[in-house]
Amino acid sequence: MVQVNGGTVALGGQQIDRSIAPRAARRRRSVMPGFGLTFGFSLFYLCLIVLIPLSAVFVKTAGMGLDRFFDVAFSERVVASYRLSFGAAFVAAGVNAIFGLLIAWVLVRYDFPGKRVVSAMVDLPFALPTAVAGIALTALYADTGWVGQYIEPLGVKVAYTPLGVVVALIFIGLPFVVRSVEPVLDDLGADVEEAAAALGASRLKTFRRVILPAIAPALLTGFALAFARGIGEYGSVIFIAGNMPFQSEIAPLMIVTQLEQYDYQGATAIAAVMLIASFLLLLLINLIQIWSRRRMEG
Amino acid sequence: MAKHARRATAESPIARIALIGVALVFLFLFLLLPLLAVFAEALRNGLQPFLEAIVEPDAWSAIRLTLIVAAISVPLNIVFGIAAAWAITKFDFPGKGILITLIDLPFSVSPVVAGLIYVLMFGASGWFGPWLQEHDIEIVFAVPGIVLASVFVTFPFVARELIPLMAEQGRDDEEAALSLGASGWQTFWHVTLPNIRWGLLYGVLLCNARAMGEFGAVSVVSGHIRGETNTMPLHVEILYNEYNFVAAFAVASLLAMLALVTLVLKSILEWRFDYHRTGTGH
Repeated sequence: MVQVNGGTVALGGQQIDRSIAPRAARRRRSVMPGFGLTFGFSLFYLCLIVLIPLSAVFVKTAGMGLDRFFDVAFSERVVASYRLSFGAAFVAAGVNAIFGLLIAWVLVRYDFPGKRVVSAMVDLPFALPTAVAGIALTALYADTGWVGQYIEPLGVKVAYTPLGVVVALIFIGLPFVVRSVEPVLDDLGADVEEAAAALGASRLKTFRRVILPAIAPALLTGFALAFARGIGEYGSVIFIAGNMPFQSEIAPLMIVTQLEQYDYQGATAIAAVMLIASFLLLLLINLIQIWSRRRMEG
Repeated sequence: MAKHARRATAESPIARIALIGVALVFLFLFLLLPLLAVFAEALRNGLQPFLEAIVEPDAWSAIRLTLIVAAISVPLNIVFGIAAAWAITKFDFPGKGILITLIDLPFSVSPVVAGLIYVLMFGASGWFGPWLQEHDIEIVFAVPGIVLASVFVTFPFVARELIPLMAEQGRDDEEAALSLGASGWQTFWHVTLPNIRWGLLYGVLLCNARAMGEFGAVSVVSGHIRGETNTMPLHVEILYNEYNFVAAFAVASLLAMLALVTLVLKSILEWRFDYHRTGTGH
């Protein structure tokens, strides 16, 4: 478009095509009003609410000295909590990647009664307050609960164990995978699948070799989003975790524990570690998105 | 189009039923069952204790505070969301991608850290702590802190719903209105706002649900003073930790109903008005 216009202008020399004139004028000065106001306000509000308060974590951490930082941020008990938070979030995101893909597939490809209700249900974890989810899951998996009473005799203890943390994070993370994969699965043309079938590939082989590579970036994005959410999750986890030191304490709980002991430095040091982890994940998610966009265009 | 002849790109009926079955069982176990458990536990001893737990004064003040917090934080984020979406979609400027990433930042911060940062700013030993104490202003462990934490965790909702929507709609409508002599505000009220109303409503719904239901961030800055700085989720926690399970689940069931209403309204927006969500909500 720009090239064509440029060509016309060059050909016509001084005679500028009338249809191009407004476009050329706009390039010099936008007719749209309000840039100063909206951009200024957005930036001010972003700094006030998000950037300056977040920077407090790093400024306070920088002021405490390296020795003290490592003492509190990587004490044995805190490291155990990172292990649980990251480990449980990873396992839960993995479970969600598998079942989230399956649910997205069923919602996009098949028709069944009540499909709309099921689709709306998938967003429940986004809408249900985390504390409510937390006490509900605990009630379900306690030894007298609807689920707990059947699985505890089998030797599976969920409530007040690390497994409970995983269950809560499965609940919290599921919609991230389903909602990431759904639109990509929906956009996937039938032609490639037909071609694979015509070449004699079985349905399973088509899925593995054609469909899965196409949706891989979306699935990975969903996994990363669920994982990132799981690391920081607090409300749904603390009720079911049991919060035993070295066993079922999550990293966000360690921050709260430090705060309750008025150890602000300790809390800040752990928060800095968690913030850096989430920034790295955010970077990774953005890279996945750039990669997938390049692949789509290429 | 013929449905009876199985196409080469479709699964066998058995595989289809099995896949649907596994998906439904998973959703039942992990999503529906917890929701049902909330109501079952709340009504465990019948309707009377349920109602008593809800009309009790501390529960009322928690409900009132939750509504106040949402009534302040949601409009703030609506104004921000519209302003940010306008600046980002109607103008070209360097660093736009960074700005969009920064707007999404609060979603990747742990709720507990979201609360902590305001303690570091406004707490007794925080940056502005001494000054605030001198002037007798309470932010942390009081209502303003709860509002700030809620604003933080719901910060991106409206903006991230509007930015893709307004980017897709382009600038032509506004430019037409402006060239016909409409002022900037007139253009916004009569052209842009009608264009984006469903997307805006969608963002507001999600923003409100989170603002009313936030637990971690609010828990850090609240101070947990019964009847004063307790929101509904915090009230649920206190009751639960006091082994007052029926009362805890009764208040929780109100929040669960809020979630259900949110889901129903959201679904109506998606079906009736054919509003397609553009990103992955949180």
